[in-house]
Amino acid sequence: MAVHYYDQNDINTDLLFPGKYTYTCGTAPEIVEHLLEDLDPEFRSTVKPGDIIMAGSNFGCGSSREQPTLGLKYVGVQAVVAKSFARIFYRSSINQGLLLVQSPEAVEFYTPGDEVSVDPAAGILKVAEREFPFPPLPAEMLSILEAGGLLNWIKGNNA
Amino acid sequence: MGQTFAQKVLGRAAGKAVEPGEIVFVEPDLVLTHDNSSAIIGKFESTVPGGKVKYPDRIVIVLDHVTPAATSKNAAGHAKVRKFVKEQGIGKFFDVGCGICHQVLPEQHLALPGSIVVGSDSHTCTYGAFNTFSTGIDRTEAAGLWITGRTWFKVPETIEINLEGYLQKGVSAKDLILTIIEKLGSDGANYKAIEFHGSSLGSLLVHERMTIANMGIEMGAKIAVFPADRITHNFLFSDDLCKDALWSDSDADFCEIHNFNLNEIVPVVARPHTVDNVCPVSELPETKVDQVYLGTCTNGRVEDLKSALEIMKGRKVVSSVRMLVGAASRDEFVKALQQGIIKEFVKAGAVILPPGCGPCLGAHQGVLAPGEVCLSTANRNFKGRMGEKDAFIYLSSPETAAATAITGVITDPREV
Ligand code: SF4
Repeated sequence: MAVHYYDQNDINTDLLFPGKYTYTCGTAPEIVEHLLEDLDPEFRSTVKPGDIIMAGSNFGCGSSREQPTLGLKYVGVQAVVAKSFARIFYRSSINQGLLLVQSPEAVEFYTPGDEVSVDPAAGILKVAEREFPFPPLPAEMLSILEAGGLLNWIKGNNA
Repeated sequence: MGQTFAQKVLGRAAGKAVEPGEIVFVEPDLVLTHDNSSAIIGKFESTVPGGKVKYPDRIVIVLDHVTPAATSKNAAGHAKVRKFVKEQGIGKFFDVGCGICHQVLPEQHLALPGSIVVGSDSHTCTYGAFNTFSTGIDRTEAAGLWITGRTWFKVPETIEINLEGYLQKGVSAKDLILTIIEKLGSDGANYKAIEFHGSSLGSLLVHERMTIANMGIEMGAKIAVFPADRITHNFLFSDDLCKDALWSDSDADFCEIHNFNLNEIVPVVARPHTVDNVCPVSELPETKVDQVYLGTCTNGRVEDLKSALEIMKGRKVVSSVRMLVGAASRDEFVKALQQGIIKEFVKAGAVILPPGCGPCLGAHQGVLAPGEVCLSTANRNFKGRMGEKDAFIYLSSPETAAATAITGVITDPREV
């Protein structure tokens, strides 16, 4: 498990997935081809299932495009940890079944090289040896996340 | 304690009194999608094979983002949408050429006071100009809404923004909203609602309110909303359409209050690569531009085009600049034609784009080369937004865009 750390605020959806591909890349494998292209060109070749992304505040601001959350879920990112998230991105992550952890303290505490692990059920994020509790999602959102996203949740006749 | 607009709208839809922080499930009045409908159709069909949308009359689809199609892939996407619309009996369908969704919905009187509109586009917040609770969602959620007709909202806290005074000559609503964004920051209203109050509202017309509400998302706002007043009634031509309007109580609880004096607002630009990187045009070092883009859902209305033309005063676009002009919708385009505005732009050397999003999202019709600089009247200047990550986008009012088109450097419209 590796941490992909981006020491900046306002990482917007154009950096996560450039808008010019919005209508040419439809499937998850196509989306992954351009994931984080303008932020970290190495990301696609280095990311592994279970990896964690760490960044500053207002992560995912900008467009309502869901390619970033869909792509991150598809490559197996376990969680995105940030100081804060933009609203539509946050919503979209629940819809895709991607775990987000908002913890400004943990991001401040982190130094590149630190081990990071997350236990969503217990609501604990661990950076090096330090534990950062995070509040659980409201029950409704948690059931969508646990179903693996909104459409699976609907298929399971929850709607 | 009184209630905010957001509490009242969500409370009415949920059938109970609600407090900020509470999660409510509601059935929105309208669900907007655009070119991305083709991807949403894929999700819909894989979730409920052979299924029907729950409320065909609550769905509105506008093809506007890459129109006319730039590639055969876009064209196939559009074709898929046309087929789906027929099969599902979706009447509120606006094909290529009608215009940008955020202009078309108000024009068609689909964004109504007190109603709830969600759209798979972040600038769905534009309809706050009409007292609509409108906000962006992703494609997956739009598919879910086609299937179930309902979704959840967290009742937001509300920021009150008070506007006093009048905008001066050469200064526009765009300068005002950019100044507000600079003060609040790009996440200053994240998860929150914004309500506009104050004595200036009587002087802010529909096109100006739309420019302001459109950019609420650039501060992270869930909604950015105006009251339904005489100006709203005049636009909708009907008291009946305004009957569900709501507004906050005088003793509602606001989490923050900000005051702006419109007399003090000056022409500003947002510098690359964030919208809150704002500075007065007069303080900008000499900045040459390669392209000026006048249009988009932020500033593509006939009033915007007209104000720009007034600044140009018959002067030609300087040879070092390409000027692109696009009306936000067919109706706005017709108005501009009737008023002779389009002819003047053509004579001045501008390139006229069809109604639609054009180069705003970097897909076609005026993308930039590496190192190029564009002054745009759009709402976003993120790196790569106009198709090239090594290009630079500045955002301004139509007036500043016009002054820049005739001089070749970013210019205060009061100076030409
Ligand atoms: S004009 Fe630009 S900002 Fe507006 S809807 Fe189209 S792409 Fe989005």
